[in-house]
Amino acid sequence: MSAIKPDYIRPLDLHNGCVELAHGGGGRAMAQLVEEMFFAAFANEHLAQGNDGAALPLPQGAGRLVMTTDAHVVSPLFFPGGDIGCLAVHGTVNDLAVMGARPLWLAASFILEEGFPLADLKRIVASMANAARVAGVSIVTGDTKVVERGKGDGMFITTTGVGMAPEGLVLSGDRARPGDVILLSGSIGDHGMAIMSKRENLTFDAPIESDTAALHGLVADMLASGAELRVMRDPTRGGVAATLNEIAKQSGVGMRIDEASIPVRPVVEAACEFLGFDPLYIANEGKLVAICTPDSAALLLAAMRAHPLGHESAIIGSVHSDPHHFVQMKTRFGGHRNVDWLSGEQLPRIC
Amino acid sequence: MRGRAMKYVDEFRDGGLAQGVARAIAQAAGTRRSYSFMEFCGGHTHAISRYGIADFLPANVRMIHGPGCPVCVLPIGRIDLAIGLALEQGVILCSYGDPLRVPASHGLSLLKAKARGGDIRMVYSTSDVLAIARDNPGREVVFLAIGFETTTPPTALLIRQARAEGLNNLSVLCNHVLTPSAITHILQSPEVREYGTLLLDGFIGPSHVSVVIGSQPYEHFAEEYRKPVVISGFEPLDVMQSILMLIRQVNEGRAEVENEFSRAVTRDGNRKAQALVAQMFELRRTFEWRGLGEVPYSALKIRAQYAKFDAERRFDLSYVPVADNKACECGAILRGVRKPAECKLFGTVCTPDNPMGSCMVSSEGACAAHYTFGRFNDATVVAA
Repeated sequence: MSAIKPDYIRPLDLHNGCVELAHGGGGRAMAQLVEEMFFAAFANEHLAQGNDGAALPLPQGAGRLVMTTDAHVVSPLFFPGGDIGCLAVHGTVNDLAVMGARPLWLAASFILEEGFPLADLKRIVASMANAARVAGVSIVTGDTKVVERGKGDGMFITTTGVGMAPEGLVLSGDRARPGDVILLSGSIGDHGMAIMSKRENLTFDAPIESDTAALHGLVADMLASGAELRVMRDPTRGGVAATLNEIAKQSGVGMRIDEASIPVRPVVEAACEFLGFDPLYIANEGKLVAICTPDSAALLLAAMRAHPLGHESAIIGSVHSDPHHFVQMKTRFGGHRNVDWLSGEQLPRIC
Repeated sequence: MRGRAMKYVDEFRDGGLAQGVARAIAQAAGTRRSYSFMEFCGGHTHAISRYGIADFLPANVRMIHGPGCPVCVLPIGRIDLAIGLALEQGVILCSYGDPLRVPASHGLSLLKAKARGGDIRMVYSTSDVLAIARDNPGREVVFLAIGFETTTPPTALLIRQARAEGLNNLSVLCNHVLTPSAITHILQSPEVREYGTLLLDGFIGPSHVSVVIGSQPYEHFAEEYRKPVVISGFEPLDVMQSILMLIRQVNEGRAEVENEFSRAVTRDGNRKAQALVAQMFELRRTFEWRGLGEVPYSALKIRAQYAKFDAERRFDLSYVPVADNKACECGAILRGVRKPAECKLFGTVCTPDNPMGSCMVSSEGACAAHYTFGRFNDATVVAA
């Protein structure tokens, strides 16, 4: 006689199973994926309620809510030093951090491609959960959609974050003033070149790891140092060059930086040289650019260097008045040049 | 970090040594006369702009940016052919990275054609092309071959290997061009020969071209046109040393081919590569260069016995020239008669994001290099 278990559902096959359209269809399969995959990994009281959204208590004390969102579409999904999962947490946490906010909650939306291996999804979700735990944020709500095979690049993750900034702290791209000092929290180009080194049609094998990391701990130390910060930003896509140009434009100022002061790992520099790339334009996922008043630069630099994620911090230049809002650089060679906005994407040069 | 030098690269980017060469240049150049030298190659233009070499030169030494940027001189009509192959014939079109952005007819570029569904793939070497052809036996694969003497031998190897493997789905849209013929064209231009509007005291020749062809092909310019040539490496100290060597030749009344890049260039070049190129390619009677117009015997085509690897024959392509914007000064800029900032379109309608003319297209182009790295020199910068 067979024992019928009316509530039994066969668990997800995490070894050989794949994402199917049914996993986004709103039925039992979707509920199972959400519970076994996401609820299990991100476990917290808000998510466990299984509602359409999370009702969250505001933390004690005065302050302002800061909110941001970031879509993550990296290829390959797994790269040296990280994967799309931890990147999706760090990217949004860092956007909150450079606004001066303490990150509190994340929402995560997954767009999965039909046929995506459940084993890979599990690895990515576990990496996300771990990154969130280390960063001290909870993933409190989310969404899952499945697109047909060929209509997605494996998976995309969008994370939205909410954090709390102290009352009175204003960090904004329009606050750089002539005389201010520009600081950078460490070596540039690691993330972008780690990704490039693993692109399928590139066959160089360089020991480069992504710098992906959550920066809010570093930022908290910087704020606590008492330095008068004007602007903070994480130089992701477009690299330090894009970030400086954005700030110069927003603030209506010019900048002068010194190439010799910008840390670049020799292996990153060699890989850039090989492909004809400029590290200033390569993405970072665990670095920040800070601009502060001249009087507090030494204080801020010391605070940054005292933190593990900022021990290679350096003063890289200063803000000047310039109606053209140029970012100029003294090259290591000793000449001067513009560091312009990137036009299009960086493409490898022929010769 | 930066303190740990990258072996055999950082040595040639030493700012302290640069100051020493700069002093020698200033001393040799004196104040009695001015010097105008053309760096033929876009790689040198890029190096000069990227490292700020102009800051080390006295006011009476002027560098003219020549036409040696393969992406810049590729005419619109040739890109149109490639786009047509991808969009209309459905081939897999393989290209090196920087031609992808070059604006073509109808507001298209290879990147935009890709967005419209063309199967256009960026490759890093011709071995990538071979792999794509092997992996897609049921599809036509075309390689958009461009470049000077440096990229021609790899294309020749591609054809040889395709034939050896019996790959029947691979062909080459050949746009390989020749350095010496372009220099001859500039030396024979009316501005240089008759009107004297363009003072040209000598050339910096590209070392990577001479690694293949040797320094010998330049001896003709030195003798026939009395113009000194220095074959130069691409690191900033190489370029500065070459400028110094040119100034000294001019001062001493010499017009010789000198080799700054003795670490890899010989008089005869790479005979094996030359033989391979000669086996696969022959001279075109004439070829259009964007900005310069038709230049006789300045490009290569695939020999008849390799016709099945020639995309022009295989797909029966016919070339239709397309004119540049009338206000575009690229021709004059490529011949050294005008500077980028003297063009009405520069920095207004024509920018690296929306290039109108060839010199703005690639980062090696004279206008793009000046726009990206040097345009602050045109503006009055107010000190803080």
